[in-house]
Amino acid sequence: MTEAAVLPSGALADPPQAPTLLYLDGITVSFDGFRALDSLSLILAPGDMRAVIGPNGAGKTTMMDVITGKTRPDSGRALFRDEHDLTRLDEAAIAELGIGRKFQKPTVFETQTVWTNVLLALAGDRRARHAFRFGETAEERERIAAVLATVRLLEHRHRLAGGLSHGQKQWLEIAMLLAQDPELLLVDEPVAGMTDAETEQTAELLVAINRDHSVIVVEHDMHFVRALGCRVTCLHEGRVLAEGSIDRVSNDPRVIEVYLGR
Amino acid sequence: MLRALIGDRAVVAVAGFVLAGAIVIAFANQALPPTHDLHASIFAVGLIGKYLCFALLALAIDLVWGYAGILSLGHGVFWGLGGYAMGMHLMRLIGPRGVYGHPVLPDFMVFLNWTELPWYWRGFDQVWFALLMVVLVPSVFAFVFGWLAFRSRVSGVYLSIITQALTYATMLAFFRNDMGFGGNNGLTDFRELFGFSLRDDGMRVGLMLASALAVVLGLALCRLMVASRFGKVLIAVRDAESRVRFLGYRPEAYKLAALVVSAALAGIAGALYVPQVGIINPSEFAPTFSIEAVIWVAVGGRGTLAGAVVGAVLVNALKSWFTTAMPDLWLFALGGLFILVTLLMPKGVLGLISSLPAAFLRRGVIAAHPA
Repeated sequence: MTEAAVLPSGALADPPQAPTLLYLDGITVSFDGFRALDSLSLILAPGDMRAVIGPNGAGKTTMMDVITGKTRPDSGRALFRDEHDLTRLDEAAIAELGIGRKFQKPTVFETQTVWTNVLLALAGDRRARHAFRFGETAEERERIAAVLATVRLLEHRHRLAGGLSHGQKQWLEIAMLLAQDPELLLVDEPVAGMTDAETEQTAELLVAINRDHSVIVVEHDMHFVRALGCRVTCLHEGRVLAEGSIDRVSNDPRVIEVYLGR
Repeated sequence: MLRALIGDRAVVAVAGFVLAGAIVIAFANQALPPTHDLHASIFAVGLIGKYLCFALLALAIDLVWGYAGILSLGHGVFWGLGGYAMGMHLMRLIGPRGVYGHPVLPDFMVFLNWTELPWYWRGFDQVWFALLMVVLVPSVFAFVFGWLAFRSRVSGVYLSIITQALTYATMLAFFRNDMGFGGNNGLTDFRELFGFSLRDDGMRVGLMLASALAVVLGLALCRLMVASRFGKVLIAVRDAESRVRFLGYRPEAYKLAALVVSAALAGIAGALYVPQVGIINPSEFAPTFSIEAVIWVAVGGRGTLAGAVVGAVLVNALKSWFTTAMPDLWLFALGGLFILVTLLMPKGVLGLISSLPAAFLRRGVIAAHPA
């Protein structure tokens, strides 16, 4: 039996021909015998946006952990830009390569100002011996202001990040991702706890970001996923259950069975 | 850079107070006759000098605990190593004036029937070498320890326990006579430093002033570190280390740099302490001493720099009073103080002081800035 025969529809059978940004092949991760990812494969072309859906425990966050170097897979390949083996690099090296991540629970630096949060994320030299600097350059100030304006937080720049509302923290994290300017953004549940209006604005924001970045979004909110208008991958028990347009995936009987409910 | 330096009013105030207070005490000892009401005794000078050394140690702890989240319960190691480096210099300066009159060997080595100076005692007769070692030995020790610990991502309670074990193990090692540091008696009977007798009042005032200057310079250095981008990353590491990693930073490098600077400061503090108290022995490595130093920081206010200095002076002044008035109760008082501060003043004395004006102004402020 060939590998292709056991893979679910939409998963890759052959090595990629066209240039790929992210190439996951047969990734397996086990925690104490539980298979969080079971031979997961996924391809993302440069400039693409992908929504990843699936029930709790489907392996969505574990997939992000593997891509960002937090978790080492037991087996499988994870290539970035066809050349960098992500399974051999640590978090900082992967971030330097150009993969940024927004966490499920908004993680901002609560005791520092909104402005400083973005400053810390700003692309630049990360080495400790180059950090003995004060203030920002005019260029840095401009970048921070632009990024904060994009997420509508400019007027809150002097506030401590810990004092922001939940939705504002989510946006601040997205602002930090923008400041980091990674080639690929991994966005874990960006609209959890947001109002409908905020959700809509976030979808617009991500579509705008997708104009010059590749994006993978993990989300439960199907209205939000629909608003993104991108290809959808549904995970289940650590495998790809279905992949395709939102209509195709949401009408797939197996997806309805395990995730969307009848 | 200057703006960053003077950007924290509490730090500026405490630095100014330390410097002015030390000068006033020095003046009150040297210029006023002993019959004068405001004359400061040489005992008081020595006491203030000791408090200032403790303040510098507390500052060193606050840099790593308050800003990098590294709760070191073993900073006595760095303090003691700096102290021993200074003690070795002071021992060498005794020269042939020891009890046994040996031209080179310190008394305890003659007593142990040693015939020549161990290799690691060489060079300590030179003041520049000794001062270099005061900084270098604790720094290198901290670098090796930190490199191993942070690289394998040991943090939190586990790291604290390891630092306790580290200082305890060092204490046991220094207790051994074979180590060549005077065993449990340590190093003492010092006579002079920089050509001045240590029994001379002027010299003791000078050492107290030097300690005050060290505290002020330490405050300035720490303030610059925490106000720079380095400090912002360090605080981020303290609050959300893994998030910092995903931004592409390597937290271990930042933590290591902070620990090494902190160890150097603690070493300098220990080195200033030894000539003022006239002795260094392995009890400086006792785990309880390191824990006590952490309590000073907690009492003053963690993560404020100024609070560390305030807390160290405050708790030690309290200790001086307690141990003469009711010596048996001091440890209970210290424990009670720690519990009280943890429960009622999580930001310490400094947090209490800075929250007072806000509490008074609150009504006005809310009216002035409608939300």
